[in-house]
Amino acid sequence: MEFNANIPEGPLDQKWTKHKTKIKLVNPANRRKYHVIIVGSGLAGGAAAASLAEMGYNVSCFCYQDSPRRAHSIAAQGGINASKNYQNDGDSTFRLFYDTVKGGDFRSREANVYRLAEVSGNIIDQCVAQGVPFAREYGGLLANRSFGGAQVSRTFYARGQTGQQLLLGAYQQLSRQIGLGQVKMYNRHEMLDVVLVDGHAKGIITRNLVDGKIERFAGDCVILATGGYGNAFFLSTNAQGCNVTAAFRAYRRGAGFANPCYTQIHPTCIPVHGDQQSKLTLMSESLRNDGRVWAPKDRETAKKIREGKMHPGDVPEDERDYYLERKYPSFGNLAPRDISSRAAKEACDDGRGIASTGLGVFLDFRDAIQRFGKDTIAERYGNLFDMYNRITGDDPYTTPMMIYPAVHYTMGGLWVDYNLESNLPGLFVAGEANFSDHGANRLGASALMQGLADGYFVLPYTVGNYLGTQGLAAAGKVTTDAPEFEQAESDVRAKIDKLLSIQGTESPRSFHKRLGDITWSKCGMARDKAGLEQAIVEIQALKKEFWENVKVVGDANEINQELERAGRVADFMDFGELMCRDALMREESCGGHFRVEHQYTEEDEIVQSGYLSPGEAKRHDDEFGFVGIWKFEGEDQVPSLHKEMLEYEEVKFATRSYK
Amino acid sequence: MKLHLKIWRQKNANNPGGFEGYDLDDVSEDSSFLEMLDILNEQLVDKGQSPVAFDHDCREGICGMCSMMINGHAHGPEKATTACQLHMRHFKDGDTITIEPWRAKAFPVQKDLIVDRTAFDGIIQAGGFITARTGSAQDANLTPIGKEVADKAMDAAACIGCGACVAACPNGSAMLFSGAKVTHLNSLPQGKAERDRRVLSVVHAMDDAGFGNCTNYGECQEACPKEIKLDVIAKMNRDYALASVRSFFSKAG
Repeated sequence: MEFNANIPEGPLDQKWTKHKTKIKLVNPANRRKYHVIIVGSGLAGGAAAASLAEMGYNVSCFCYQDSPRRAHSIAAQGGINASKNYQNDGDSTFRLFYDTVKGGDFRSREANVYRLAEVSGNIIDQCVAQGVPFAREYGGLLANRSFGGAQVSRTFYARGQTGQQLLLGAYQQLSRQIGLGQVKMYNRHEMLDVVLVDGHAKGIITRNLVDGKIERFAGDCVILATGGYGNAFFLSTNAQGCNVTAAFRAYRRGAGFANPCYTQIHPTCIPVHGDQQSKLTLMSESLRNDGRVWAPKDRETAKKIREGKMHPGDVPEDERDYYLERKYPSFGNLAPRDISSRAAKEACDDGRGIASTGLGVFLDFRDAIQRFGKDTIAERYGNLFDMYNRITGDDPYTTPMMIYPAVHYTMGGLWVDYNLESNLPGLFVAGEANFSDHGANRLGASALMQGLADGYFVLPYTVGNYLGTQGLAAAGKVTTDAPEFEQAESDVRAKIDKLLSIQGTESPRSFHKRLGDITWSKCGMARDKAGLEQAIVEIQALKKEFWENVKVVGDANEINQELERAGRVADFMDFGELMCRDALMREESCGGHFRVEHQYTEEDEIVQSGYLSPGEAKRHDDEFGFVGIWKFEGEDQVPSLHKEMLEYEEVKFATRSYK
Repeated sequence: MKLHLKIWRQKNANNPGGFEGYDLDDVSEDSSFLEMLDILNEQLVDKGQSPVAFDHDCREGICGMCSMMINGHAHGPEKATTACQLHMRHFKDGDTITIEPWRAKAFPVQKDLIVDRTAFDGIIQAGGFITARTGSAQDANLTPIGKEVADKAMDAAACIGCGACVAACPNGSAMLFSGAKVTHLNSLPQGKAERDRRVLSVVHAMDDAGFGNCTNYGECQEACPKEIKLDVIAKMNRDYALASVRSFFSKAG
């Protein structure tokens, strides 16, 4: 079977240990004979590059930024989960595993998630050894905070810059290996194709973003750690350069793309201010530890606030709807992201939104400041408050923050088996670029955990297994003279030439924005059949227009940011269509994928019993308890759908309730 | 608002550059500085002209990629703010704004406002790390680290490697950047074993890359968007002196 997850036999808590004792190893003296290509230098790519190089493999690492330290992992604010149970509040490997499966709305692969929870503690140990300055208590031990979807305090953090500190930790380990000559680093290189030889991934084609040179690189395997596809929506919390190109090129070469419709809309972003905006800024979920989310109960009050005729601080207590606390009393403001986002949308759809656009709710620190004092709140969130102030001009110490959901993370990605290997042998996929661990919704502080788990503790074993299985005779055998490299390079050149030759009238940025309008309105927080069908037609038309009328100025042999964007937007359009197709196929609601046709109503028994509120996502496990995997079937052809059935041994399918 | 922009244009590293003037209308006060440049670039593309190349990525002040002198200030006039977090409400209608790349011997211009900062990577590769083999770590709570020490290390570790300190320094010195990394790692118990090697390697790499010397202008501290303090330079100098002495006597046997 092409999409065999290769989950090891045995009880869940012994699978990884047993697997590690069984898989193939490469003798330390032989590792230097292998060349590993890693695309991406974020938490997953950087950690894998450093660890594999340390073991003795020759590694080449590629990133599009000017330094590996810029990868977008750096922007994660709140923290990283680990089941250390340092707080003695009942945490365990199983509980972290269970919270993650439940948070993912029972759409993730059980064995992968268990392994993630299992190695979570090692990550913290590793990072502390590298000098990551996590927050500490006066006694010198590590501090924790709480995050959404959990009732224990298991999140480790470094002020509001946890991603930065973890990435710099990995970057420093990577830098050490670059200094030792064990890793060759290629900054400002963008991967534009993956090369298959006899069906195995054996190399990549890149464009040097400084001089435009197209280059071939051959290796014994390829690891993609190229992040998510949130920019398919134009406005997102992703960095400007984040793109789906590497993953999408692999898809076009035959790799399965799993669950592209699982996108995470983060509930606490700064609302959109106007049409000149280029990105959305996240306010960390950690703020929900102390901030209370509310909207006015009354539409008239909301209207007055929108028009600036009333200060939010003047709204009396009994006219405020703390809707998360009302609807989900046991999790309150720490309800998971998908649920919190939809609740905000509901309040705004009801005409009770604030911000000038009507698309916003409050995140209020008034009570926390009264309880703990301004200094304590400043120490906890000072840098986030400053950032909010810089962007909006408002002071969150005196005026409640305004927030609204925005595209943040993508749970879907290239399909991988238990070894993080795609259906194309020798092509490994790690971090946000793969699909396996977060199901249909990711819990806060789990992305950093997954990136580092993949890079430090999974790939160093499973890559060795692949290389060992191929045998020493195969090491370094494929060179860049192979005809497959010739073909891939000429495909890449043809696409660049085509983009430059059209010389139409509309900029790549404008097309990107128009794509975002379609994907956000029809495949965003709420989706329905008619809208998705229309979105597919609209994207196809936009794509046609793009290839007839895009205007790319400048040349191919220089720094050309317009050309870079044009290539990425072209892939986003094809990908956007695939995302809508997947959302259309999945006739259920789960996690971040909400089909309005599939929600609980007053007529459902589970609502009448008080277990659930109406409007919650309704899954159909019998029909859709599978991973939806799409395979490319040729240009302008409908891709084929394949299924990996999700089988739960330890956890039982259950309807999520955070009440 | 209406603006007049004077922007440094340079085709590539091999050609000389110069200032060009542009007029821009209808800029929203709520736009960020880089969004203002996006608007300019869209208009230039419309006219078939080459847009202004500038480095940027996260646009939330943490990746360190954006890098430009705005009216003579690295990252512009606002304190503790990167160019991407600077908003147009800090400018007035009718203002003339001058935009240049970082200028330093160790940061050659590649195009327009884009410079090559790989010299910074070289410093980290030489010694800006703690050797910690993956999988060999002890339990994270085995060595308690006082909150004061951890906070001090975190203050230094907040550096985003943007290079504003180098650009602001009349000598083009990288002492603030290097001092921040040395202070971060040398303050922590985990970093003690390599303390001397680290500071010696970092200082040598910095000198080899063509960065200038520190003569205590203090411009770097003013320009730093993460408010790294000059203390880190003092700490690095102290560690360097001690390491040099120890290294001398250990060689003497």
